[in-house]
Amino acid sequence: MSLLDYFRATKPKSATIAKERLQILVAHERSERNRPSYLPQLQKELLEVIRKYVHVDQEAISVKFEQDENQETLELNIVLPDFQQENKSVNI
Amino acid sequence: MARIIVVTSGKGGVGKTTTSAAIAMGLARRGFKTAVIDFDVGLRNLDLIMGCERRVVYDFINVINGEASLNQALIRDKNCNLLYILPASQTRDKDALTLEGVGRILEELSKDFKYIVCDSPAGIEKGANLALYYADDAFVVTNPEVSSVRDSDRMLGILASKSRRAELDEEPIKEYLLLTRYDPNRVRSGEMLGLDDVQDILSLQLLGIIPESKSVLTASNAGIPVILDEKSEAGQAYEDVVARYLGEDRPHRFIDDKKGFFRKLFGGRS
Repeated sequence: MSLLDYFRATKPKSATIAKERLQILVAHERSERNRPSYLPQLQKELLEVIRKYVHVDQEAISVKFEQDENQETLELNIVLPDFQQENKSVNI
Repeated sequence: MARIIVVTSGKGGVGKTTTSAAIAMGLARRGFKTAVIDFDVGLRNLDLIMGCERRVVYDFINVINGEASLNQALIRDKNCNLLYILPASQTRDKDALTLEGVGRILEELSKDFKYIVCDSPAGIEKGANLALYYADDAFVVTNPEVSSVRDSDRMLGILASKSRRAELDEEPIKEYLLLTRYDPNRVRSGEMLGLDDVQDILSLQLLGIIPESKSVLTASNAGIPVILDEKSEAGQAYEDVVARYLGEDRPHRFIDDKKGFFRKLFGGRS
């Protein structure tokens, strides 16, 4: 600590803000980039198959791809339409 | 066989052409026959930075189309007879640059040259992709600024997935960082991302820090690569970059500013 520090403002420096913003953004963009390119097509085809049996909306199906050091996980979540006033959801 | 270097960044205006001109000159002055190619079709500028704009007769696309031979299109640098410039085309459409055509020219150059420096255009369009496709090494030019760091990271993703080496599953392109337009005073006062901040995000092998320097504009005004201005900090920094790239161990400079009298007195931060 120098004497001058006493007179310095304590609000965060702009470079600190820049770094924090970048870290969040870059982490997000890297995870997007590493997703397999077949995901949108997979989602489309799954929806087609499911629609043969039940009518579901585009939004009712979500495909999540997660990656950590040891494994890659593909999570598929389909929300079935209201049936007898309850939400059924299928997890594969 | 030549070693192919791409100078890339994603973002425009960070110093790709300045860097291409400087390192090509640095390599040639050390005795390696070097070619520097402008991939910015439609917006060529390397010729201006190298000071050979009035000697351009044929360009890269003329050679690809077989309208001129490589020897006719290559311009020998006026300061160093081991350095040759292949200018970009100014008027033709970008589709003239093809993967096969570029590959053919690089292969022909490889027979005779030791280093080929590819000056990439900004963006992630065709010209940028072609500039990096055949590369062995990538110099990622980054400014200590949010959009430049983000674009560099994006570029790293492309280098790792869309190059010839990636497609053939060969050893990946070797990626190096060049941090340009760096102002140690502003880093110290917390107004600019520092080397550590940028490295926390990109974590690349650092080839050098090029300090913000008036000599860069002076050099481009005159059409002389800044590395020839041996008195300037930027010139010296590029000289270090070339030395490190060739395997010399040189301590990094220009990271910190020179300590002023008052800072010494009050014991400022390091």
